[in-house]
Amino acid sequence: MTTACKQPPQTRHDLDEAAIERGSRLVAEAGCTACHAFPGIGWPRGLAGPSLLTFDGRGPIAGTLPNTPANLAAFVRNAPATKPGSPMPAMPLSRSEARDVAAYLYGIADD
Amino acid sequence: MWPPISMESPMTDASTVFDAWWGWPPPVLDPAGPYAESVTVLAWALFAMGAIVTAIVAAALFVAVAGPPRWKARLGGEHTVWIMGIAFPAVVLTGLLVWGLSLTASLTDPITGREPRIRVTAHMWWWDIEYLDAAGRVVRRDANELHLPVGQPVVLELKSADVIHSFWVPNLSGKEDMIPGRTNLLKVQADRPGRFGGICAEYCGGPHALMGFVAVAHPVAEFERWLSGTKVGAGPAVAQDVPGTVPAVTRRTPTAVDAAPQVGARDGQALFLANGCAACHRIAGTPANGLSGPDLTHLAGRLTLSGGILPNNRGTLQGWIADAQSIKPGNRMPSYDNLSAEDVAAIALWLETPR
Ligand code: HEC
Ligand SMILES: [Cu+2]
Repeated sequence: MTTACKQPPQTRHDLDEAAIERGSRLVAEAGCTACHAFPGIGWPRGLAGPSLLTFDGRGPIAGTLPNTPANLAAFVRNAPATKPGSPMPAMPLSRSEARDVAAYLYGIADD
Repeated sequence: MWPPISMESPMTDASTVFDAWWGWPPPVLDPAGPYAESVTVLAWALFAMGAIVTAIVAAALFVAVAGPPRWKARLGGEHTVWIMGIAFPAVVLTGLLVWGLSLTASLTDPITGREPRIRVTAHMWWWDIEYLDAAGRVVRRDANELHLPVGQPVVLELKSADVIHSFWVPNLSGKEDMIPGRTNLLKVQADRPGRFGGICAEYCGGPHALMGFVAVAHPVAEFERWLSGTKVGAGPAVAQDVPGTVPAVTRRTPTAVDAAPQVGARDGQALFLANGCAACHRIAGTPANGLSGPDLTHLAGRLTLSGGILPNNRGTLQGWIADAQSIKPGNRMPSYDNLSAEDVAAIALWLETPR
């Protein structure tokens, strides 16, 4: 019962496997990996941004935003507009791609 | 595979050299021009011959072990040895040699001197690329991206600034060494537009495995436009559909507006000059004139960063400037972790300006 303090996987977020799969490809394709480490991606593992190896999908997004999938998707797509003062740049993702990336990130949290 | 080519918004279509190596057929078996074609045909013919001979040997082995006694006796006879052991290989190998030499003769076709010339100089671990005019003057200096006109041979002057490297775009030609103090000439030709992956094929230390580039073959008119420096986005829209790709038009490109909250009133050019970038990088029309790193004049139009390994966009550009060493360990650009994220954003925004 090591997971006793976490809710069991599957109930914390609605996991859409197809979206997770697309999201995991997108973070490499868009080059998020230039600044962040992701599980399952051996290279590159940039260190300019925080490691996401243990991203847990909890707490406010980037320290300030309410933790909702919509906010996470908006943040990965255009961080400076979503969280003024964020040092993370806007990234070349469409809105639906950003939702896939958010799904992938919540997927990491549920591993 | 590659997204469609669009000169209008290269920053959105970015894809890296690694993309070119995925999928089937692999680039070595997918010639895009005559020089690669003859090598591929020869490779398949040799493979087929090898397969046939292996099958004959396996059949003979089977007969020798488990065949009827009459067949065994025949197989062991002197007659068989003369025919299968001497006559057959002599005829087949001679035939293959003559055919192979005539097939690959075109690889060493004389150079007429009228072909477009491009000088490619390998550095540890990136490529300096200079487009020459008929008189041998440099008309455009670029890096890590080789643009070619479709349907005509192009002569590459291959050089090295430091150690031995090797130039290889499997879709376009065989490998050619790049040796310090020498100029090796290599003819390449692409018969279809597209993007092809190139790599350094000779171990050259440290991040050798991350030393790639992208070769972009354009229809001639488009190539001329590109070479003459027509600003990105000018002229008729150019987009070819490369089979099997998803149009990238749904992607958005980060705009200057996106970066505004980070950049504020910071001056990217001043920061670039003040932080020593100019000692290694050249940007035409500015005081930056360093030569020990890639020319950044046309960075905005480039598909990739730092030797074909990252897509070129605001995020990867900032990540590279802030911490190049984590991305390409051992490369010759220092990580600028002494700069604030805002300063890095300002430099990136300035570098993204089309020139
Ligand atoms: C000591 C020399 C040096 C300094 C100083 C330097 N660079 Fe570099 N830079 C390089 C080298 C070498 C490379 C190529 C690295 C590789 O791919 O192996 C490079 C690559 C780059 C690239 C990728 C170019 C491409 O074609 O993909 C960018 C962008 C860049 N540098 C920007 C900067 C900025 C901005 C600064 C200042 C903050 C800077 N550099 C300072 C040497 C330097
Ligand atoms: Cu090399």
